[in-house]
Amino acid sequence: MRGHLAPHRFPEKTRRVQSPNTRSTLLMAPALMWLTALMVVPCGLILALGFFRRGLYGGIEYTFTLENFALIVDPLYAGIFLTSARIAGLATLIAVVIGYAAAYAIAAAPRHRQPLLLFLAVLPFWSNYLIRTYAWIVLLNREGLITQGLRMLGYEGEPPSMLYTEGAVITGLVYNYLPFVILACYAPLARLNPELAEASRDLGASAFTTFRRVILPMTVPGIAAGAVFVFVLSIGNFITPALLGGGRFQMMGNLIYAQFLTANDWPFGAAISMVLIAIMMGLLTIQAIAAEKGAGERREGTDG
Amino acid sequence: MTALLSIDGVTRRFGAVTAVDRLSLEIVENEFFALLGASGSGKTTLLRMLAGFETPDAGAIRLDGADISRMPPNRRPVNLMFQSYALFPHMTVEGNIAYGLEMEHLPRSEIGARVGEIMEITELSPMAKRKPDQLSGGQRQRVALARALVKRPRLLLLDEPLGALDKKLRAAMQLELKRLQHEVGITFIVVTHDQEEALVMADRVAILKDGRLLQCGTPHEVYEHPANRFAADFIGVMNFIEEGGRTLAIRPERIHLFPDRADRTVEGRVTARAYHGLDLQLHVATPLSPKPLLVRLTANAADRRPVAEGDTVTLGWNEADTRQFND
Ligand SMILES: Nc1ncnc2c1ncn2[C@@H]1O[C@H](COP(=O)(O)OP(=O)(O)OP(=O)(O)O)[C@@H](O)[C@H]1O
Ligand SMILES: [Mg+2]
Repeated sequence: MRGHLAPHRFPEKTRRVQSPNTRSTLLMAPALMWLTALMVVPCGLILALGFFRRGLYGGIEYTFTLENFALIVDPLYAGIFLTSARIAGLATLIAVVIGYAAAYAIAAAPRHRQPLLLFLAVLPFWSNYLIRTYAWIVLLNREGLITQGLRMLGYEGEPPSMLYTEGAVITGLVYNYLPFVILACYAPLARLNPELAEASRDLGASAFTTFRRVILPMTVPGIAAGAVFVFVLSIGNFITPALLGGGRFQMMGNLIYAQFLTANDWPFGAAISMVLIAIMMGLLTIQAIAAEKGAGERREGTDG
Repeated sequence: MTALLSIDGVTRRFGAVTAVDRLSLEIVENEFFALLGASGSGKTTLLRMLAGFETPDAGAIRLDGADISRMPPNRRPVNLMFQSYALFPHMTVEGNIAYGLEMEHLPRSEIGARVGEIMEITELSPMAKRKPDQLSGGQRQRVALARALVKRPRLLLLDEPLGALDKKLRAAMQLELKRLQHEVGITFIVVTHDQEEALVMADRVAILKDGRLLQCGTPHEVYEHPANRFAADFIGVMNFIEEGGRTLAIRPERIHLFPDRADRTVEGRVTARAYHGLDLQLHVATPLSPKPLLVRLTANAADRRPVAEGDTVTLGWNEADTRQFND
């Protein structure tokens, strides 16, 4: 009897287990195809390109070499990399401090007003990146709005040079990526059970200690997500350094741009691109692992 | 005995709602005090004022004679065990319990000793290194309790401490809470909307309705001598008989079946019969009230005189066992 039943029951059970999987594969198929065609394949091509030699007059010579990757540690290029990392790091730091404070204020506002505040915080994001960056040129220009404003207040001296400085580049990056940080920090702050902070106060902690020991540790995943986002987008950015840095500040993005479009050294451009992508992937992976680890804790500490 | 806590005409309004309305209460040292009331009667609001999370709009709260109504929560020798437990999810059991002592800047060795001691009492030692999400509901509840107890507050406030537990665990924890209170010698104020729980655990019970104090007394007083019709109905089960513009109230266990001697008797028909193990409950339709009277017989009495649905029976009771309300 058992031998008779077993072959009937087994396939049925397997089918039931598999069907949701099959469905999710089907639903994911378009996205996977899109990613494969437009992300994986081009990245593979670029990676391959990095191992070839530059032709004498700009073309590509198909002989294997590691020279391009070796060139990256050349002091000239390593310097550009460090500058990029410093600018991106400072932009990240400033964006996280401002963004976290803004997110905290929004999460502390009355519940019915929060959607409007969030909308306002994200509003600049809906206009074009270039226009937003040009707006900063209008502001920071030697005879721009800020200088004019100072003049109206009676300032007589030399116009301050603000445009084409590292500060201008950082300002532009912070401004452009701030909405991401606000959103990333707002989510865990809004989910936080307010009774946790009350429990901390009840047990004798001051408001500041409560922030440091309860609120901040529980919202670190949001901060990390926002920070990685700003850093990754900043270090590869080339529009902002080009427009607000006036070409005086070469960042990784500008270097890659130049290799492909002006210096015509595609293999070297490809090699820097791959290093940049590897750094980004590494940071995103660390952040994803940290978020996964914190997921269990957060489930416990949020209000339903 | 002088009062440890005195609540004097305290009012708290939220817009148009008066959550707590001119409430006055005195609580003495080492008392196990229960606040009882329906949902929305202001129990949580009162506790939050005692803990310092709400400020009274009027009235004063005095602890050991000093007005604390405006003192911030972290400065009060009062601890609250939250209805949701509010355990810190990123800290271990041990870390949660030690947190309050670290805030007092006690020496490490003393913190370790006191945390160890309270974990022994609450039987949490085996799970000291676990995070709250690795605990059962009952264990979490004990962590929340231990975290508040370890501070040795003058006053411990517990908001529905047993609300999340199943019936059996609840009954066990009621006795456990009482034992703990005895052991640590701290004054407890427990909020509950379970009247039976209040009667079992508390030295005294206060009944709240719409933010006002209806009655306050020992479990025996509020059960046997309810101050008004609402209190009578709220605590335990009560039969009400309207006659001559007043209401007569009598407990089901005070009605006797086929009594030998009674001040008052009435004939009725059994409409329902429910066996509860310890006792037998009968619904008896009588001319006295539109609703059938509820009668509760002990298993012994029920065995002596078996009755079935549809039987005609004689009920009787003594005047001394009834309460009268003129409302
Ligand atoms: N922060 C608040 N804002 C507005 N109204 C409130 C607030 N807190 C409580 N209330 C109102 O005050 C009244 C008393 O609420 P409270 O939470 O004290 O009741 P409770 O007795 O604890 O009820 P439950 O048994 O459901 O917990 C309710 O009508 C409630 O809606
Ligand atoms: Mg409540």
